Amino acid sequence: MTEPLLSVRDLRVEFPTRRGVLTAVDGVSFDIHPGEILGVVGESGAGKSQTGAAIIGLLEPPGRVAGGEIRLDGRRIDGLTADQWRKVRGREIGAVFQDPLTSLNPLYTVGRQLAETIRTHIPMSERAARARALELLQEVGIPGAKDRLDAYPHQFSGGMRQRVVIALALCAGPRLILADEPTTALDVSIQAQITALLKRLCREHDTAVMLITHDMGVIAETADRVAVLYSGRVAEVGPVDDVVNRPRHPYTEGLMACIPTLHARPARLAQIEGSMPSLRAIPTGCAFHPRCPRAHDRCVAERPPLFENPPSAAACWLWAPNADRTAAVSAPS
Amino acid sequence: MIAFIVRRLIQSVLVMLAVALVGFALFHYVGDPINNLVGHDTSLADRAQLREDLGLNDPFPVQFARFVVNAAQADFGISYRHGRPVEDLLVERAPATLELSFAAGLFALAVGLPMGIYTALNRRGWLSKAFLTISLIGVSLPTFLIGILLILVFSVWLGWLSSFGRGETVQIGWWTTGFLTWDGLRALILPSITLGLFQMTLIMRLVRAEMLEVLRTDYIKFARARGLSARAINFGHALKNTLVPVITITGLQLGSVIAFAIITETVFQWPGMGLLFIQAIEFVDIPVMAAYLVLVAFVFVVINLVVDILYVVVDPRLRVGGAAGGHGS
Repeated sequence: MTEPLLSVRDLRVEFPTRRGVLTAVDGVSFDIHPGEILGVVGESGAGKSQTGAAIIGLLEPPGRVAGGEIRLDGRRIDGLTADQWRKVRGREIGAVFQDPLTSLNPLYTVGRQLAETIRTHIPMSERAARARALELLQEVGIPGAKDRLDAYPHQFSGGMRQRVVIALALCAGPRLILADEPTTALDVSIQAQITALLKRLCREHDTAVMLITHDMGVIAETADRVAVLYSGRVAEVGPVDDVVNRPRHPYTEGLMACIPTLHARPARLAQIEGSMPSLRAIPTGCAFHPRCPRAHDRCVAERPPLFENPPSAAACWLWAPNADRTAAVSAPS
Repeated sequence: MIAFIVRRLIQSVLVMLAVALVGFALFHYVGDPINNLVGHDTSLADRAQLREDLGLNDPFPVQFARFVVNAAQADFGISYRHGRPVEDLLVERAPATLELSFAAGLFALAVGLPMGIYTALNRRGWLSKAFLTISLIGVSLPTFLIGILLILVFSVWLGWLSSFGRGETVQIGWWTTGFLTWDGLRALILPSITLGLFQMTLIMRLVRAEMLEVLRTDYIKFARARGLSARAINFGHALKNTLVPVITITGLQLGSVIAFAIITETVFQWPGMGLLFIQAIEFVDIPVMAAYLVLVAFVFVVINLVVDILYVVVDPRLRVGGAAGGHGS
């Protein structure tokens, strides 16, 4: 297997508050290989976005990386200085955020914002940067890109703005794009276009993508591998196909059971009982145990590590070597 | 854009007419103009004659129309006290007030803007906290007290600066300026600080609040994620987005600086329009008061108009469709 492009090991993100330290991300590990799309799913507050923010060094103070390491191409990037970060952000890791309506500065034309970003990272003349900006707009599929270069963000629709945002993320040809809920603010038909665009660009440029979303559908369509986060921890990580069709962690299983299908029309939609614990009251042992239908004594007492069961891995005692899995393998009805 | 300006102009004319009505009412109903004009020993017949001559017996609309037409030609009648045309008095006094207001506005902007930016960017620094504390004083101390304190310290104790008047001025056409002589500039320092201090703290606090607001927005976060330099983000992206409200407030404040220079002019015996107005009130010099009222309204209307047009220049979102909302009144 090739060297991972991004390697996150045991990442801890903490928020010191007046009422104690909150751990938003607690020992998260995963790899992203060149050209791979890794989906990161989880409920609100599962630590997806904080993991992403830590990777591009944009944790909101007082949040901080309290442990673990993040390596990009083998080089540690956690704990860089502000100046060093600037050379990583945009240049090596591009970012796309949730709301395209607010991601662009309303007072500058998109052409200016693109040219500015390009020239920040690559020394070139204003003219050359403009030409490159035009290419980028064409590449992300903006119709009539030549005339749109001097348009302001408010003159674009939501979907078109997200394309501009993607063009901005691509300016300096980064090897990794962090896409934090890139489709959440868009309507469904536009969502499909944007995910398709991300996927195409990723293939063409051999760019890896860390796709953060709470939408399992988007992951299933787009990602190669997926990491499921729960309470700031990785519950399960593996190829999309395995995680979706053969979930191992009871939480993933529950998530999958919650996706309504066109055929079955239950009176009530399925849901996982209870809700994710608040960061102030994370249960002992496995954080999922109070909601888990298969929890046993060990789950309450001890936190499960990620057990490798190729092709995927799950942080669940049911998947410990030699564990009695009779209950676990029974497929959810 | 043209339609926008035309619409604004029409609104401005309506506002001016309304103010003219107030000015006229003042003129007409506060005391009896004839009593103010003549001495005690004037006969009733003479009074009636004068009333007729001055057109004070004409119907209300006719008198109001005459007032508006005259006012539009900058003719506000004769000052009761000075016995000279009011417009001459105003023209004579205007340079002093305008120069003082300009200097005060410049001081407020030149000091308030950088202080606002600094305190927003270094929110936790001790210098920021010091600025904020000092600005509280600026906001809460009344103007006359600040003026008197400054006079006490710099004129009485230290003896560095003069405490009254414009100093030496130079006549350029009908305009007298204090900007061209050393003495005139020195005389400007204390009054313009006094007049501008409140505006300065206001601008500083406004810039700080707006800037903090903008720095929290997604596009600033996204600009960081694009790897732009801190300078480009703070000054290119954040500052420009804070300018719209700052322009509004600064513009409107410039109006009040001119209009309410009265107190500062009184404290420093500054020979401007404000001093003229205060003296006019003491002597119930109605033509001067009415003229001043109309003039101040005019200044506000013009500034509002300019501010509205500046919005459109700064913010492209208002340029398309022209009619977008969100203008100040």
